[in-house]
Formats: sequence, structure tokens, C-alpha cells
Amino acid sequence: MPIDLELESVLRPPEVPMVPYPPKVVTLANGKQMVVREITREDVPRVLEAVRPITTYERDYYDIVASRVYAELLGWYRWRIVNEFVLIAQIDGMLVGLVNSRMLNAKTGMSLHTLTTDRGLRIGSHMFAAKMEHHIEYLKQEEVLIVAESPIGFRRWMIEYGLEPTNIPHELGGALSFRLSKELYFATKDRLVVGDRPVPKELLDKAMEDIIVVDEKTVAQKICGVKGR
Amino acid sequence: MRPVAIVGAGMIPFGRRDDDNLMDMLAYASLNALDDAGLGDKGVNAVYVANMGAGMLNHQMSVASALVDRLSLQPAAAESIENGPASGGSAIKNGLLAVASGYYDLVLVVGGEKMRDVSGWRATDFVASMTHPTAEYIYGITLPGMAGMFTRLYMQKYGVTREHLVQVAIKNQEMGALNPYAHVESRITHEGIVDSWHSRVNNPPVADPLRLYDVCPVSDGAAAVILAPLDLAKQFKKTPIVIAGFGQATDTHSLQEREDPTDLKAVTLAAQQAFEMAKMKPSDIHVAELHDAFTILEIAESEHVGFFKKGEGAKALEQGKTKFGGQIPINVSGGLKARGHPVGATGVAQVVDIVWQLRHELPKDRQVQNAVNGLTVNFGGFGNNVLSFVLRRGEK
Repeated sequence: MPIDLELESVLRPPEVPMVPYPPKVVTLANGKQMVVREITREDVPRVLEAVRPITTYERDYYDIVASRVYAELLGWYRWRIVNEFVLIAQIDGMLVGLVNSRMLNAKTGMSLHTLTTDRGLRIGSHMFAAKMEHHIEYLKQEEVLIVAESPIGFRRWMIEYGLEPTNIPHELGGALSFRLSKELYFATKDRLVVGDRPVPKELLDKAMEDIIVVDEKTVAQKICGVKGR
Repeated sequence: MRPVAIVGAGMIPFGRRDDDNLMDMLAYASLNALDDAGLGDKGVNAVYVANMGAGMLNHQMSVASALVDRLSLQPAAAESIENGPASGGSAIKNGLLAVASGYYDLVLVVGGEKMRDVSGWRATDFVASMTHPTAEYIYGITLPGMAGMFTRLYMQKYGVTREHLVQVAIKNQEMGALNPYAHVESRITHEGIVDSWHSRVNNPPVADPLRLYDVCPVSDGAAAVILAPLDLAKQFKKTPIVIAGFGQATDTHSLQEREDPTDLKAVTLAAQQAFEMAKMKPSDIHVAELHDAFTILEIAESEHVGFFKKGEGAKALEQGKTKFGGQIPINVSGGLKARGHPVGATGVAQVVDIVWQLRHELPKDRQVQNAVNGLTVNFGGFGNNVLSFVLRRGEK
């Protein structure tokens, strides 16, 4: 697509440099090792391949979440969303979940979405925790503003973390934000944030080698259940 | 009383069935059982429907009348039976008595529950509504809470450890992963739910000492059987499974009123009655489905029905006696822990699983070799209303 560089310099927002998220490995209930790592803009087209089919699944609001994730990742890829980061989860290289978020300013993080394509293993919990870990521990922010767009999200974030309700609008445009303060994060960290660093070289190399995207039928089975249940 | 056999059995996969309502599920399970028996829509004299919570969960009452119409089984008699999580067992018992008495020849018994229409905490509250209203419920008790206290007492008295509970969870999820009707399809490992420090997120506390993987899921599902007098059973296409014995007993509503809260008297009595009627003893049983809504219950019930002495269930588990291929395989279906626990369906589903075992119809990785006799325990409340059935493979 041809780009007018002069105009692009106006349309493209300036970014604040962000420290990288150090990868970690999490052992899941089924004993599998899940690598959680940050991706770069160059990885986005591959991840979009995985997100695209999910935009049609109504179950548990996957359609809304996946559609928004698609737009947010594309926005980041095309330099239209500022200070966004994306963490992905991989098992044997296969993409099983992702989270995205952004820095609103130096003090406040704006949590965007959590999307998992393998269910029943608390991958969403691990990924949300990684996102909060990045905001508070690595980006050194004071708070993160969060909303849930599904009942599962509400149960996982608002209830499990005991998030504080606020009157602050969230930029996703729906319900008012809940807040995870730095204090609350450290109060819940022992219970909810896990992972080992450094990731063993073999595991990390496998994850970095390729982001494997499973076929649409398999994703449908993972999200909706083997027998559509 | 004339002997009664199961001549048809059917189930639908348990889990979250967003596209089906309660009547759909009851109808599908019934049709599966009718097809299995080779029956059309004629000839059924009576229908017994086990359901605990359609009024609360689905805003529907009189489900038996609605089901008869849905299946075009009029003018068959129809009753809905609510007896908490023992509703399924109660419905089979009532169907059995109706056939045994000679009043009816062909009875359809179906159990079903649609629990995933409501949020998890509403489902938990719904189940808690069977506790004592003034001695328990008003203080915020839930069934997981009650099971947690029971587990702690059982640990203190009999030396059961967390490790034993973990072994039940792993065993039953392993079997559930092989069962196409099971809600929970994933295997779990010791490392993932205990050894790794990451397990604090994977397997969080629910009600101390119980953790996530000690508790059955909240499920939708339905199961059905067709009952007939044994002398007519040979006319049907499948090997008849005789209901050789049944028992039912009750205990105090409130757990605190029991002399020894770890003594599940109703389980013992119900199983004793069933064995006595069947003229069998526990060692005659080849496969059992016990009501493991919580991992501790599988261990406790294995002792109370007489498979093992009191306090030796955990040791038997350690020795592999209760696993598939062991001395007395328990919950080869995955049990409530993995197959799921749609409360009204459970008692019927247990019987269906044993019927499939005794007919030798299951795939090799789940079929108990040469199984002839099976046992079920359907546990209502917290052991305040229990039904047990002894089934025997009949002759074709």
C-alpha cells in the first residue's frame, strides 16, 4: 500500500519506548510447558491468522473479543495505536492465547483484551497475570484500568483480584473501569502470578522459531468443545 | 415382585449445551434409550423424569408432562421426581417398583439437568438450597464448603492425605478423557496440579483442603433407561441387564446432628439392602460407579459400601485397586468428577454406564473385562438420601 510519508508522520502517533517483557515458562495443569513472551510488530500478521476465524464464534463473547483484538493488533501493526504491547502463549510453538494492553501514560496502563484458544487450563488467568506483571513490574506503572466484556472475564479479573471499581471511563467504550493498583497487584501476586525465568533455551528457541497457528476446525473444537458443547 | 431388567439405555454428552434446552436434552436421551431398546414411540406405559432444579434454574415445572408430549408418548403416565442429586436413583427406583409390581410393562426413566443457564455462583447457591435452611444454609454453607469440612474430618480420623485426593482426581480425569460423553476432556498431571509451584494458579483452593480439581464441574446433561419385566426382556435386541438389587436410606438433614459426621450411614444401609436383595456381597462386584462429587467421596463411599474396611479406601487407591484394570475399578466413566454432574441426570447416568459395561459394549480402553455385576451409589444432599443399585448381566 503506497504511503505518503509526510502525511504518515502526522497520522502516526509518537511512541514512548517500553522495556521488553522477559519471557517466562508456566507449567499447566496437564503438565505441559507454556512459554509466555512478547511479540514484535512483525509477528502480527501471523497472529491475525489465528484471531480471524474466532471473530465468528458467539460463545462466551469470543466474537466481540476476537474482533476487537483483531482491530487492536492491526492498529498496532499499522502504527495507529500507541504504546501497545502483545504477549502470546505457546505450547510447543503453538499459539494458545494472547493478551494485549497499552500504556495510557507513564503512570497508568490501559488493559485491552485476553483471548485464549485452548480452554480449561486457566491459560487466560496466567496470561492476564502476565499482562499485569508487565505493567506493574517492568513498565513500572502505578495502576492498570480494566474492564471485562464477558462474564468469565468478570469472574477472573474483578472477583479473583478483588479489583477496585472506579468512575473512570475505559477506552474500550463500555463499562466504567476497574483498577488494579500497584499495592493490590503485590497483595495478590503470590496467589495469582507464576512463571519461571529464564526460559530454557530449547523451549524458547522452539517458541521463537515459529508461531504455529492451528487450523480453524481445531480452534472451533477448542473453544466450543469437541462436540460443540 | 417380578424381576426387572434394563432393555434400553441412552445418554447425551455432558458439558455445556448452549444450543439445547432442558426438554431437548431429556428428549434426546430418551430417544437414544428408546432406539437402543428398538422401541418406537409406542408401548411405553409410564415415564419418570428425574430433575432437581428446572423450577429454579430454567423456570419450568411439570417437565414429565411436557416430555411425554414432546415425545408423543401420550397417554403414558408421567411423573416428575425431585430428590436432590439422588433424583436419578429415585426415578429408577420408582420405575422399577412400577414394573416389578406388574402394573406397568414398559417404563422410560430419564434424568436431566440444565445447570449452565445460570452463572456458577447461582448454580452453587441452587445446590446449596438442599442444605438445612435454618441450621446450615443461612450461615452461608455451600456443598463444597460442607465437603471441605467432611474431608478435613476424614483426614484426621482415617489418615487420608491431599495426595490421595489428587490420585482420585488424576485417575478419574484420565478415564473421562477417554469417554465421549464426559464433560471434562483434559488429563491432568501430578506436576501440573501439585508439584510445580505454578499449581497455585492451576489448582487453587476452593474449600480447604479441597482444590479446584477435587470438585466436579457444573454440567448440562441427560441420561435414560427403559425398564421391562425380565420375562419380556429377551424380546429386545440387546442383552438385558437385571436390576438384581436396590436400596435406599436416609440420614439427618443437618450434618452436625450426626453422631459421627464421617460415618455415611445411608450409603452403608443402601448398599447393604441392594446386596441383600441381589444375594451378593461386595466382592462379587466387578465395576462400580460411585458418587464422587468431591474426590473424598469416592474414597469414603468405597469403604461404606464394603469394598474396603473403614480407613482402608485410601490405601486401596494407593495400591491401584480402584483404577481401570484393578481389583474393583471405580468410576471408569470418569465419574461425576469428569463425566460431570447435572444433578438430576447423575443417578441415571451411573446406571447407563454400568449397563454399557455389563453388556461389554465399551471400547477396550474402558471396558472392564468379563464384567458381570456392577454397583452404583447415588448420593443425595450430603448423604442424607442415598440410593444404590446392584446390576447383573442377564442372558440373551
